[in-house]
Amino acid sequence: MRPSVNRWPARVDVLQSASGLLLVLFIWGHMFFESSILLGHDAMYLVAKAFEGQPLLSEPHPELVSIAGGTVLMLIALHALLALRKFPATWRQYRELHGHLGRMRHWDSTLWYVQVITGFFLFFLAAAHLSQMMLQPEDIGPYASADRIWSDHYWLLYAPLLLTVHLHAAIGVYRLAMKWGPFSAATTDRWRGRARLLMVSALAFFLCLGTASLVTYMRLGAEHAPYKGERYTPSWERE
Amino acid sequence: MSEIPTRAVRELTIRVLRCNPAEPEQTPEWQDFRLEEAEAMTLFVALSLLREEQDASLSFDFVCRAGICGSCGMLINGRPGLACRTLTRDLPDTITLAPLPGFELIADLSVNTGKWMRGMSERLETWVHDAGLADHNLAQVEAPMDPALAREIYELERCIECGCCIAACGTAQMRENFVGAVGLNQVARFRLDPRDTREDADYYELVGDEDGVFGCMTLLGCEDLCPKDLPLAAQIAFLRRKMARA
Repeated sequence: MRPSVNRWPARVDVLQSASGLLLVLFIWGHMFFESSILLGHDAMYLVAKAFEGQPLLSEPHPELVSIAGGTVLMLIALHALLALRKFPATWRQYRELHGHLGRMRHWDSTLWYVQVITGFFLFFLAAAHLSQMMLQPEDIGPYASADRIWSDHYWLLYAPLLLTVHLHAAIGVYRLAMKWGPFSAATTDRWRGRARLLMVSALAFFLCLGTASLVTYMRLGAEHAPYKGERYTPSWERE
Repeated sequence: MSEIPTRAVRELTIRVLRCNPAEPEQTPEWQDFRLEEAEAMTLFVALSLLREEQDASLSFDFVCRAGICGSCGMLINGRPGLACRTLTRDLPDTITLAPLPGFELIADLSVNTGKWMRGMSERLETWVHDAGLADHNLAQVEAPMDPALAREIYELERCIECGCCIAACGTAQMRENFVGAVGLNQVARFRLDPRDTREDADYYELVGDEDGVFGCMTLLGCEDLCPKDLPLAAQIAFLRRKMARA
């Protein structure tokens, strides 16, 4: 390698894709854990306590949730910083882009613009959600979460977050496959079709799963509103 | 006796964006031409008829009429394509034609793709590099090339530099220094060529930045609208992986 060569454009491109992929894996895992409420109060309680380290450390340590939240927030900050390079920056660039997208009526070009828009909203929505989690990590549980979502009106944050994050994640996975996928010229079309199918299926699945669990939390929160603040006691600790 | 219905001949409206930079006092405007559609009519035939019968000042480029020279690229109902390879029967009654964006306008539908392509070619040095080339004996028989490799190179060499991939690329429209699919395809082509002694580190210096392969945002307009169906998405992904490691 020559000393004069600037390796940063390559590193930055790889880092943007890699941080995006990690964030997608995180959010898809997150959906399965939060939707444990669909299996009942005890299941969600166990998942929450597991993330507070109770099975390993015998005592719950909510600060572990804060640390995880901080890590994800830093990953988002990195991903956002790198992705900002690609955003249109000037009025002229926006005008060119809007004219181009309008004329072309081209699916993949438009999908990228959806990424720009959802990415922009995620700066705020994801940061708000993660700050709350980092500052009040102990408030995760069947009753605590339901109270936050219904009585504290957090569903107003979670509903748009659910839609934007899953659009961004599913489209991102498809675009990653097309960007780096080691497909030969002859098989690119086939793999593109498969990646599109994955994108649409993942989007539909996680939106359904997320909506089902959000509605469940809202229903539980509405029922539990008179007892707001009370924490859940798992069935095996009750008399 | 009922007669067998014959298909009515369509009257096409061809709406052309007229603009001649040589006459600055004239403002750019849309002009509608009406024309009877003929069997197997291409846009090239339609435009030639318009120039012959209706308006001799209408400017557009063509040379080969067979999709080989790459001169007649234009925006057809908003999307780039070759006029000579586009049949009017595949289009609606009203056809909108505009010059390819991203290139210097000569007049009406005629743009200077050659100037852009030359700039790209000089910047990416799209010719065989070999230190011993000056001493090369031209009378000598060339070393044979593996037929499979020759076919692979030929596949990329089919590019006619029509400029459709640049007009179809959102990145190129926003950032005028971006080399586009045509440039990246050229680099992929010379990278394959065993006569070219350049290594990946050399190519990295040419396209390893935001104006090159790392500027591509994978909008895939090039892949979907290339009139020659070149495997551009696969080539750019391949080059991106190689350059990330170069």
